[in-house]
This record gives sequence, structure tokens and C-alpha cells, in this order.
Amino acid sequence: MDKPWNNKAWFFVLPVFLLVALSAVIPLMTVVNYSVQDTFGGNQFFWAGTEWYTEVLTSSRFHDALIRNLIFSGIILAIEVPLGIAIALSMPRKGIWVPVCLILMALPLLIPWNVVGTIWKVFGRTDIGLLGYTLTAIGVEYNYVSNAVHAWITIIAMDVWHWTSLVVLLCYSGLVAIPEAYYQAARIDGASRWKVFRFIQLPKLKRVLLIAVLLRFMDSFMIYTEPFVLTGGGPGNSTTFLSIDLVKMAIGQFDLGPAAAMSIVYFLIILLLSWVFYTVMTNYGVERGK
Amino acid sequence: MARITLDKLAHSYLAAPKSDEDYALKQIDLDWEDGGAYALLGPSGCGKTTLLNIISGLLTPSAGNVLFDGQPVTQLSPEARNIAQVFQFPVIYDTMTVAENLAFPLRNRGVDKREIEQRVNDMLSTLDLTDKARRRAAGLTADEKQKISLGRGLVRHDVNAILFDEPLTVIDPHMKWQLRTRLKELHEQFEHTMIYVTHDQTEALTFADKVVVMYEGEIVQIGTPEELFDEPAHTFVGYFIGSPGMNILPAELQGSTLISANASFQLQRNYPVLDASHVELGIRPEFVRVESASAKQSDSPSLPYAITSVENIGRHRIIRGSVAGHALDAILPEGKDVPSEAVAVFDESHINVYSDSHLVKPRA
Repeated sequence: MDKPWNNKAWFFVLPVFLLVALSAVIPLMTVVNYSVQDTFGGNQFFWAGTEWYTEVLTSSRFHDALIRNLIFSGIILAIEVPLGIAIALSMPRKGIWVPVCLILMALPLLIPWNVVGTIWKVFGRTDIGLLGYTLTAIGVEYNYVSNAVHAWITIIAMDVWHWTSLVVLLCYSGLVAIPEAYYQAARIDGASRWKVFRFIQLPKLKRVLLIAVLLRFMDSFMIYTEPFVLTGGGPGNSTTFLSIDLVKMAIGQFDLGPAAAMSIVYFLIILLLSWVFYTVMTNYGVERGK
Repeated sequence: MARITLDKLAHSYLAAPKSDEDYALKQIDLDWEDGGAYALLGPSGCGKTTLLNIISGLLTPSAGNVLFDGQPVTQLSPEARNIAQVFQFPVIYDTMTVAENLAFPLRNRGVDKREIEQRVNDMLSTLDLTDKARRRAAGLTADEKQKISLGRGLVRHDVNAILFDEPLTVIDPHMKWQLRTRLKELHEQFEHTMIYVTHDQTEALTFADKVVVMYEGEIVQIGTPEELFDEPAHTFVGYFIGSPGMNILPAELQGSTLISANASFQLQRNYPVLDASHVELGIRPEFVRVESASAKQSDSPSLPYAITSVENIGRHRIIRGSVAGHALDAILPEGKDVPSEAVAVFDESHINVYSDSHLVKPRA
């Protein structure tokens, strides 16, 4: 080895290690610690092994919440991604309307979760809310407090209203980055509008769509504030997602062990599914040519 | 294939152009012969690409008409005009294989399946891409991608013209030469009308039968490479073509005697009386001899030549300096020494006269 060893770089990485340790590793290990022990208060802990994990993984309460989460994230992605692409495609590329559209699109993103929840909660009320009142007036029996489907529709509407903009902005940035020559070449090759989308725009959007899908998946899978503000997980357990259940268990019932085990499982599920999305989307179509 | 006529064509990117300067293209009248290989040469921003996009139909001109074989096509889309265009940066469809890329324009036009397969296979072998036919186009090198862009045009046998917009910009130098040779071969094989936009004189002069030189939105000369070299119609052409470009010196014309740099040159040809105030002498560095001041043996006047730098570029040397305060370049052949006290001697048969920057034709 004629290359001199220089370990100075570690010195520069050290602050990041410390930050990550403080912000992620230490809290995570605390949770791991809770998840393998039992406590009856008074700061006395007893070894519980994998007991809590078994309990969480076999409980129907957890299964139901997990299925709700999966369905919810599935619906969110199925609505927000195509809708976001469609809006981005129809946004102007030049002129005075560009900043106007961008600002309008960015506005929902600036509103905090609980405010969005409150806005829609009031909006949907049948006595004073514009939406609820109008629906009732035209004969639709809309009531998110007692009807599970209505509660779901309201939460989905909230999320779509709140977060589709993010997909739009990401897609728009991807679209404006496509050189004009691609569109010109497509015109000369006689490609239809659909083919331009299918063979130029969509492939070029792949990277930003990957980010959009990952962000929207992780975010929607962690949904908490909206159902909490709207119905607190109800009616019944119909909008009790994993996060709501987790808080109920940890703070409501003070079952620290099962709650910690559930957090770890919850975290691993998000990690696993994100990895699946990432792998599928980055490899899509790549192996075909090799 | 078609003859392309530009009839009083002009274009401005502004909605309401007022002065001449608002026009990217001033009035252009031009005929491109069927099957010709043309180069459109000029510095960046002279309107080459604008003109090309008007011919292809990507841009509608502000005024004038484009005609293919006498038929006006000004309002037709690129697809309806049936032309092909290769862009500066290779355009390929990332998700398709090489073969699918080549088949794309044919599929869009509803060509029969077996016919497509036949033509794509032919094109793959013409472009030496047969072994990569099933590869995804995204993973190829820049020159291979550019070949695909070209192939998508050539695969349509009936195209009226193939337009190139500086197609070799992103190609490695050694591949540039290969692709250029291939282009020339393809032109001979298919006899398409080809218009090649470039700002590189070597590319233009090697590719084209005829070079169209543009300057500030106007066509300043159309000619063979020889014509552009020997008789540049405009001082810009003289300066732009050649390496180094033509020397331009202020002058005064009296009959067949041209007075410049405190010397009078006896011109071999007769010139009309010029009323323009702005007369210039043009001579290519190739026709400027550098001699030692002590060894005078020429009939033509020798001008005291102040040499400022000598650039050795291998086969010959480029001398830069000045005569009577005006910059003058000369080419010194291999084996000749740079004299310590030099004079410049002009080959009088290669002196051109310019009036208001335009070449003055001698009287017959």
C-alpha cells in the first residue's frame, strides 16, 4: 500500500454520529428496552423476552389496525399520485400563471395537520359546516360521527386536499426538467399525446415519483392527527389506525411493554414496505435490457 | 424527397417586432435542391436553429412561406411535412430497446408489422447496432444514442428531408469523425436532402456539397467550400472560415491600384469605380509571405511586419503581427525561419476588395 492512511475524515463524521445517536439510536434503544420488559410501576422492571411481540403480532386488535392502515395508504397513493401527475401536466410552463399556480399549490402544505383536521371537522358538520349542511340539504345523509364510511371519506378527502400538492410540485419539477428536444422529436416521430406521456414524461418522472410515493406512503401510513381530531378513532374502531391504537395503548392504558413492541413492529413494517417500493421502482424495466 | 423553397421568410420571437434588430431572421429567399447535402454555418445566435425549426415545422415563421416541391407547407405540422430531425443532444426513448426506438416512428404511422421488422433490421445493420437491438437504449453511449436518433429518421424511407441541429456536439472527437463519414455514406446511399446546422467550419466543409453561411439573421453566402475559401462574399465569411481567418485591412481603390498600409498593390483585375467610403482589402494568411527585410526580391510591395507571436501548430506556423498598425496574420510553411526583421509580401492575385463589407466583383 503506497497510499497513506488518513483517518482525519472520521473526525469530521463524528458530529453526525453524535447527532444521529441522540436523535435516533438512543430513543430507539429505549423503546427496544421497554419492549422486552414488564413493569408494574415504581420503576421496577422484569424481563419479558419476546412475550409482548407475540402478544402484539397475534392480537386481532393489531391486525385490524394494520389492515386499516394498508387500505388507507393504498387509497391515498391510488388517488394522490395519478391526481398529482394530472394536475402537474395541466399546469402552465411559461408566463404569469406559473407563480400563481405554484403558490396556490404550496398553500395547503403550509397548514398544520391539526388545523387541517379542525377545518374539515367544522366543514363537515351538518349544523354549521358548509359541506355537511349542503349535503344534508340536497338529501345526502352525511354524518362522519356515526357513519364509518363517511368518516373514512372525510379523512381521505383531508389527506388528498392537504398532500396532493406535494406530488404535484414534485412532478412539476420533473416535467419542466425535460428538454424541449424530446417533445420536438416526439412530434417528428408522429407520437400521440398518450405516447408522449407514456414514453417520455412518465419515464423521466420516475425519480421524482419514487420520492413522491415513498413520502406519501410513509406519511399516510403514520396518519394520526386527522382521525384523532375528527372522531378520535371512531365511530367504533373504524378509523383507529396503528398510530392511534399505539397512543391509546401507551398513554391511555399505560401498557408500556406491548406499546413498545408495537412501535418496533410498526417501524419495521414501514421500513420494509419503503424498501419494497424503492426496489421495485428503481428496478422497474432495468433488467429487461441486460 | 423534395426540393425545399424558402419564400421571403422572416421570423421574430417578439409579438410585435419594430426594428430590424427584433428579427431573429431577416428576409430569406432560398432554394434547397432535392437530394443535396447542405451545411448551415454561422456563429451561435445567428439564426441557424431558428431557420431549421421553421423548415421542420416546429416553428411557424412570422412572415413568408416554406414550400416543398412548390406546395406551401408553412402551416403544416412536422408530422405532416414528413421530415426527420436530429437534435444537438441525443433523444431516445429510455424505456424502449434499441429496436423499439427505431420502430417507434413507423408504429406511430401504422406501418405493417412485417414491414416494420424488415426495415428496423435493415437500419440496425446500417448503423452497426444489430448486436445491441435488444438492449435498452438508456444504457448506450452518446454516439450510439445519436445513431438511434438518426436511425429513427432514416427508417422512414419517404422523408422529405433530414435536418441536423449540431448533432455532434456531445460526441467524443474520434467518434465525431466516424459518424461524419457514416453520415456522408448514408447521404450517398439514400439521397435524402440533408441540412446540417453547425458552427464548426470543419464539420460544415467536410459534410456539405454547399455551405450556407449565416450572420446576424441573414444569409451572407451560399457556395462550395472552395468558393467560400477563395472568394468570401462578405468580410464575415472571410473571417469565419479559415484558420486563422482572412486578414481585413482598410484600403482605398484607384482604378486597378489598391492603396493600403502605406503601399499600393497592382490588382490583376479591373474594378468598377466605388462610391462607397468604406473600402477594405482582404487577403488570406495562406497568401501572405513572410520574408527577411534584407532579401528583397519581389515586385509586389513589401510591408514592414511587426511580429508579435508565433504559434507552432505542427505542419506550419501561424505568425501574428501588424503592418502599419493593422493586425495581420500569416502562415509560415514548414522549414522556413522566422526572420528577425520581417516584411510581409501579399500574393496580389489573391487580394479581394470589399466595399461596405461586401465583396466587389471585378469587371469581366
